[in-house]
Amino acid sequence: MLNSLTVTRALEALRNKEISAVELTQACLDQIENLNPRINAFLAINDLAISEAKKADIHKPLGGIPIAVKDNFLTMGLTTTAASKVLDGYQPVYESTVTQKLRDAGAIIIGKTNMDAWAHGSSTETSDFGPTRNPWNTENLPGGSSGGSAAAVVADMCLAAIGSETAGSIRQPAAWCGVTGYKPTYGRVSRYGVIAMASSTDSPGPITKTVADSALLLSIIAGHDQFDATTSPKPVPNYDLSKPKRLRIAFPKEYLEVIQPNIKIQILAAVKKLEELGHSVEETSLIHPKYSIGVYTIVQRSEVSSNLARYDGIRFGHDRSFFGAEAKRRIMLGTYALSSGYYDQYYAKAQKVRTLIINDFKTAFSKYDLIIDPPSPSTALKIGATQNESMFGEMQDILVEPSSIAGLTGISIPCGFADGLPIGFGFIGSQFSEELVLQVSHQFQEITDYHLQKPKI
Amino acid sequence: MNYLPVIGFEIHVELKTNSKMFCGCPANHFGSPPNTQTCPVCLGLPGALPVPNAKAIEGCIKLGLALGCQINRESKFDRKNYFYPDLPKGYQISQYDQPFCYGGQFELADGKVIRITRVHMEEDTGKLQHINGITLVDFNRSGVPLVEIVTEPDFENTDQVTEFLKEVQQIVRDLDISTADMEKGSMRLEANISIRPEGQKDLPNYKVEVKNVNSFRFIRKSIEFEISRQTKLLQSGEIPLQETRGFSESKGETVSQRRKEGSSDYRYFPEPDIPPFILAQGYIDQISKSLPELTRQKRKSLVKEYGLNPDIAYILCSDIDMYTKFIQSVKSQPDLASKIANNIVNNKSAQSIQYDQFIDNTIIEKVLKENYRTILDYKSGKQTALFFLLGQVKKQLPTADPNLIKQTLIDKLRQ
Repeated sequence: MLNSLTVTRALEALRNKEISAVELTQACLDQIENLNPRINAFLAINDLAISEAKKADIHKPLGGIPIAVKDNFLTMGLTTTAASKVLDGYQPVYESTVTQKLRDAGAIIIGKTNMDAWAHGSSTETSDFGPTRNPWNTENLPGGSSGGSAAAVVADMCLAAIGSETAGSIRQPAAWCGVTGYKPTYGRVSRYGVIAMASSTDSPGPITKTVADSALLLSIIAGHDQFDATTSPKPVPNYDLSKPKRLRIAFPKEYLEVIQPNIKIQILAAVKKLEELGHSVEETSLIHPKYSIGVYTIVQRSEVSSNLARYDGIRFGHDRSFFGAEAKRRIMLGTYALSSGYYDQYYAKAQKVRTLIINDFKTAFSKYDLIIDPPSPSTALKIGATQNESMFGEMQDILVEPSSIAGLTGISIPCGFADGLPIGFGFIGSQFSEELVLQVSHQFQEITDYHLQKPKI
Repeated sequence: MNYLPVIGFEIHVELKTNSKMFCGCPANHFGSPPNTQTCPVCLGLPGALPVPNAKAIEGCIKLGLALGCQINRESKFDRKNYFYPDLPKGYQISQYDQPFCYGGQFELADGKVIRITRVHMEEDTGKLQHINGITLVDFNRSGVPLVEIVTEPDFENTDQVTEFLKEVQQIVRDLDISTADMEKGSMRLEANISIRPEGQKDLPNYKVEVKNVNSFRFIRKSIEFEISRQTKLLQSGEIPLQETRGFSESKGETVSQRRKEGSSDYRYFPEPDIPPFILAQGYIDQISKSLPELTRQKRKSLVKEYGLNPDIAYILCSDIDMYTKFIQSVKSQPDLASKIANNIVNNKSAQSIQYDQFIDNTIIEKVLKENYRTILDYKSGKQTALFFLLGQVKKQLPTADPNLIKQTLIDKLRQ
């Protein structure tokens, strides 16, 4: 099945004329048609995909590759809703930088993927268009907020996908769906044309079948953007995946504490593999991740309350009565946290703790090359798990919130299964250390086959 | 009891940069058809991000330096959150606790020092137009760079106010950062006015904000009106309401617009879409060195170096031709400075009077020829006919003195 190819392999096959871009695209469309009614990973399909495939220039870096994009990236000609009824049917009038770069590289945007409404959540269950189901077990959640993208990749409905992470929204669904999810350094990939969630941590990134594919996609979407003042002018490396030198890797004991017993064995086995690869792994101590939840909750809700103010239905979209319960909760909490008299107590204090966490990581990275960070304390939870759990996302994302609020880079890669559900393993790197994170993750995938396993659907 | 006014100002100046504050749209919006100078950024569309305009920030710092301010080496933008249909993002990007410029001082002719609280950078809003019961929004002005000057409540009378405002306008024009045209709204004034018993040190426990006054003459009138209105209230034992008032030009009075219950909660927080600024001393020094000689400095040096009468110096410096002529002539005969200055000023006024009268005659004769019936009306005793004729002449000579036109018309009509 062509749709199960990795991007790297498909490019080779296209250039060797073993396959055509139309065949490849059609295979993905067939899979979507076949599975989407059950998985609900896509909110919109590109009707022009086949005609774009006919014109695809296979000599471009992503020529003819069908890629799915999370529904918070503005795409001309494809409705963009951020999975909220407020923007039901919204037709963007401009293109996001990331999708423009994908299109310029010859990729075919095959459709838009489901997510938690406004990216508020870690389950894809708060989508106003129904939850996405985990292809490994449709009774389970895919994680979120980029759950549609992760599910689409593992179910071979596309060759790769784009997600966005504010704190865990790429890494956690990648862990729960058993795919590779890459969260770049804040400012490495442009946010222009991405419906803002928490502006100070939003980071677009790839969700792929392999680390090699993530490296390829990242090299295309990363870089300075004149339309995003927070992007870095640092040049984008080629993300060379050659074998890294012997690395000093830290495993924070506070992180291990949080991990559920049923996946601890596989996590520790993955740590062992790193040592077998010649790296040294040492236990270390970091600020307990629970403090990040408080910081993240205050900062994120505050920014959300301001970012969603423009959705008043006056100029576009529907009015405020279309906001779901989760968005309303976040707007109210953020509004409260920023109110005069409470600002110092909440927002200002959260920023101080954020600085402490940033400094804590700086100290760690002066001693270690990388930090081990499994993105999720558990495997995928059951559909309905978010009911009456207003802090569901934050509790699920406890292991990725510290690195997110510090603006660091990180990855999730599969490292085993528990009860038929994938387990995620991962690393955090210092700012702009993408190449190193990718190298060691690629090295891990060279000696394991967890990332090659496929759900039977 | 004798009451003394306490007056402070907020002055908004629209900068004449090529592009808007945070996007590439043209900043000059006058006369453009509605919503033709917009983009995703200034329309606040989903996903759009602001990128700050370096030229505008430079203009803000120039103005701050010219007003004697300190420059914050570490500065940032903040979001001021409030809802209004002309504010597409639901927040205005402004500056809160780290403005580019702060702590300035400005000395008036009488030696009074006005303290400048801050000079900060922000973006303008769109414009609402209420037509036939519906409201339309024009976003051409949305995101135009706006500098806000905030003074301490240091003004004690309207002379100080008028002098200061004219000086600020002159400085802005000297710096060439804005047209500072009040009628077009490129310079907007908000006065905070209250009064307190003579001798009281504490600020009054209320203040009245007067907004949307677009000429120096009207701001003076509105302040005079407020002083007398508030004095009457206080004398009768009432405390004036904390409110925003506008100025009715026809009545010559201020009118209540909006009650202010406490201060609004704008939920300021640092703008996460724009990284904070760390300004190098070298950058600030460079701007400082690039400042042109200000008109007020020229005046001072004319008085100091050539011993000119301050009024003559003022007139000379108000016209670049006169000023240049003076500087050129005085070089060779510095001891005749006063005489040269007087000659230049007198010549100029003689010229301009002759010029005006010559034009007046031609136009007045033309208007009279075209309005024969109105002349008959006037001759039959209708006084309004005279004003109609005056209006016709004024249309063609908008700058001419109305009294002069009226007198000329009466003379002509007698013939």
